[in-house]
Amino acid sequence: MLKLEDISMTFNEDTPDEKIALQDVNVELEKGEFVTVIGSNGAGKSTLMNVISGSLIPDVGNVLINDQNVVNFPEYKRSKMIGRVFQDPMAGTAPSMTIEENLAMAYARDKKRRLVPGVNKKRQDFFQSYLETLSLGLEDRLNAKVGLLSGGERQALSLLMATFTEPYILLLDEHTAALDPSRAELITEITQNVVDQFGLTTLMVTHNMQQALDLGDRLFMMDKGQIILDIKGEEKQNLTVKDLLDEFQRIRGKQIDSDRAVLG
Amino acid sequence: MLIALFGAIESGVIYAIMALGVYLSFRVLDFPDLTVDGSFVTGAGITAMLIVDGTPPVMATIIGAFAGFIAGCITGLLHTKGKINALLSGILMMIALYSINLRFMGRPTISLLNETTLLSQLESAWAMTGIDTGITGLLTALGADRVPSTWGILILMAILTIAIKYLLDFFLKTEVGLAIRATGDNQKMIRSLSANTNFLIIVGIGLSNGLVALSGALVAQHGGFANSNMGIGMIVIGLASVIIGEALFGKKTIARVTLAVIGGAIIYRIVVTLALRADYLNLESSDLKLITAVLVIIALITPKILQARREKKRRQAKRNALMKRKEGEASA
Ligand SMILES: Nc1ncnc2c1ncn2[C@@H]1O[C@H](COP(=O)(O)OP(=O)(O)O)[C@@H](O)[C@H]1O
Ligand SMILES: [Mg+2]
Repeated sequence: MLKLEDISMTFNEDTPDEKIALQDVNVELEKGEFVTVIGSNGAGKSTLMNVISGSLIPDVGNVLINDQNVVNFPEYKRSKMIGRVFQDPMAGTAPSMTIEENLAMAYARDKKRRLVPGVNKKRQDFFQSYLETLSLGLEDRLNAKVGLLSGGERQALSLLMATFTEPYILLLDEHTAALDPSRAELITEITQNVVDQFGLTTLMVTHNMQQALDLGDRLFMMDKGQIILDIKGEEKQNLTVKDLLDEFQRIRGKQIDSDRAVLG
Repeated sequence: MLIALFGAIESGVIYAIMALGVYLSFRVLDFPDLTVDGSFVTGAGITAMLIVDGTPPVMATIIGAFAGFIAGCITGLLHTKGKINALLSGILMMIALYSINLRFMGRPTISLLNETTLLSQLESAWAMTGIDTGITGLLTALGADRVPSTWGILILMAILTIAIKYLLDFFLKTEVGLAIRATGDNQKMIRSLSANTNFLIIVGIGLSNGLVALSGALVAQHGGFANSNMGIGMIVIGLASVIIGEALFGKKTIARVTLAVIGGAIIYRIVVTLALRADYLNLESSDLKLITAVLVIIALITPKILQARREKKRRQAKRNALMKRKEGEASA
């Protein structure tokens, strides 16, 4: 489904600000796999997401989606196949447009945009039925401007917009980090539901180790631009936060930067 | 007075098409596009030149508008592909157009007074309906001594402008239109939803300048001439219409704003006409640009002052209520 081959990426090469963000990343995801990604600040998690989505072009390496090399596709073309939710709740929706207009734009993601009304009765019903699954009452506010919604509501809407066209790949970059704990929990629950419902191949970055263990069926730990740990299946089920910390210590010979990594 | 007001409304309706173009770039796409000063003349100049050359006026008008569309697309290209700042892209295109327009026109002023234009054709077609006689009779009966010579231009241009408004309203609700609006609202988001924002900006700025050029083409045929300088300050007039319209008529929905913009364009013309006619102000037509600038400033500042005053009143009321409660507690 998703294959990364020899991906490397350096920012500001040959200057004092040089930052190696990704080093020789090679990884393959099966269809329907749900991977959680952890790692200290600056480990390269967001860069990895951006290289997959096409917001960044890697220095070298290939990105294959369904055996098609998309590394030279512009971002907008790739996003036909990729759904994304950003950390900032403001980033994923258009604030001055209504809920139904935002959903209509997401609905058109995998189609060719035409000169026909984006919202019609049939689509409204369809949007409503999906909004109901959020249990936030948004289905009764189709004509409300999205700028009026709370951060949590906007993030839930973004999540729905990213997923209901069933993209090949779903990328979530700390999408609960900007929310208060109860909202974050709600969004996490919705995430679990939509991923299950659509069987999406998912990469989810989180700084919450416990969450990374509870969710998904595979786990990446990143450090200094590399995936230093890749655990799946039963082995992941039995993993604890302590195991993760020990493992990091063993591989890197030092303690994980714990002010960022919430131990859960 | 009635005649002057009538003239103001008539040109307001034609300039409203330009204002709708400015609304599309400035508000919908959030792109401060200054191409307008040039593309207005492009529409006027090319249409006038073609009419003098014997092209049927309808064709000439359509070609003039299309030339404006192309000019806008180039501004969009400079910004998206050339990565030039939006303001600068527009300014560059505006001064380039100044020369290009003169090339097309061949001379600084083209007179259309003795030509058959789209507006003169419409006027004669209208005359055959006999509606004017009816309206004139009615007004004279009501006691007006001088009445406009024809209502045809106003009514037909109003129909055209309203038709464009409805087309624009419809367009901005289509799948493509929604993506254009989102490009002005949250570009990162709509790109992550597979919209080619570069393409949308190019087309959007193209359409905007197409409307501006169409308005220029009609203004030239209405006024009877095209002049290479007739676009100077046009962007500010367009902005004035948008801002005045929004301030007076609100901006709740797309349909409401486009109507407000048309209203703003008409009000702008009326205010300018009244200001120029108010003898005690001693204004000359060369003061027009100053009047425009002052109008925009007033339209921008007044809503803020009103808002601040309302806030102050609200707080004062709360303070009074608190005082009263405290007094009540003290005396109890
Ligand atoms: N646009 C950029 N320009 C320069 N350096 C960057 C840029 N984006 C990320 N980096 C650097 O690349 C490294 C990885 O960043 P990032 O992928 O954002 O880390 P993470 O998301 O894991 O915290 C960091 O050292 C960061 O400073
Ligand atoms: Mg990050």
